[in-house]
Amino acid sequence: MNGAHDLGGMHGFGPVEPERDEPVFHHEWERRAFAITLASGFLGQWNIDMSRSAREQMPAAEYLATTYYEHWLFGLERLLVEKGFVKPEEIEARVAELRRQRAGRAAES
Amino acid sequence: MSGHDHPHDHDHDHEDGSRFSEVELRVRALESLLVDKGLVDPTALDALIDTYETKIGPRNGARVVARAWVDPGYKRRLLEKGGAAIAELGYEGRQGEDIVVLENTPTVHNVVVCTLCSCYPWPVLGLPPVWYKAAPYRSRAVIDPRGVLREFGTELPDGVEVRVWDSTAELRYLVLPERPAGTEGMSEEELAGLVTRDSMIGVSRVAAPAVP
Repeated sequence: MNGAHDLGGMHGFGPVEPERDEPVFHHEWERRAFAITLASGFLGQWNIDMSRSAREQMPAAEYLATTYYEHWLFGLERLLVEKGFVKPEEIEARVAELRRQRAGRAAES
Repeated sequence: MSGHDHPHDHDHDHEDGSRFSEVELRVRALESLLVDKGLVDPTALDALIDTYETKIGPRNGARVVARAWVDPGYKRRLLEKGGAAIAELGYEGRQGEDIVVLENTPTVHNVVVCTLCSCYPWPVLGLPPVWYKAAPYRSRAVIDPRGVLREFGTELPDGVEVRVWDSTAELRYLVLPERPAGTEGMSEEELAGLVTRDSMIGVSRVAAPAVP
């Protein structure tokens, strides 16, 4: 599939910018996204090509505006839903629950 | 809720503001759902993070390169069947199912990219740096490799042929850099200490050791 992920030969992305310190992960959520993606892969319901294909379903403008592990999260959600492990409404409900908890903690402090 | 709390939940909300607060919630939501459903084991998650953050990295690849520099038989096996020769040193696993080793010579310089995503030989190099996964490198390595190399401080004479290898999920590459001059008396371990990650991706060369 030709899309925003198919970057070879495209112009306009500017210079390569290596980081000075290069941490493996930049946020705790990246660690968790990495780990749940690998661990879900152990369920044996998809291979690496299917993971990449799932990430490539992200709308092109969004793909280019988001970071690497956001692509992973998008792909993982999609695969888990497709394979029937998780329902979209379960994810939304859990997100809402966590958001309420966070708001509660913020109000307390 | 799973009650699976993360020790660092509190510091990054502040540093990122709202940029990642939603994605952070989604990751936590998904993780807690997976744990509640018994689909993933929380201790396995921590072990995976620890493995790829602290245990597997380019030191593995450096040992492979140094062995190839000192042992012609090993080098031959490495160039013939990379994955098997790498496994001889105990490096196997995910994203290393099939590794082809590309030898740099005075006339050929190899560079590795994954234009579509981020394929990379994890067992020998660990997880790729951000720049390897980002749009500038993925887009330009195949259309302006010499320009990209120059940004890494690597100037190649015109007579040197540049070969760019685009990785796939099934086939990953490791560059065998040239052994620098002035290292004849060095041990395998000292040689491994000279080998950089970037030289095994092919964006730089291994520098000769500083003369004391």
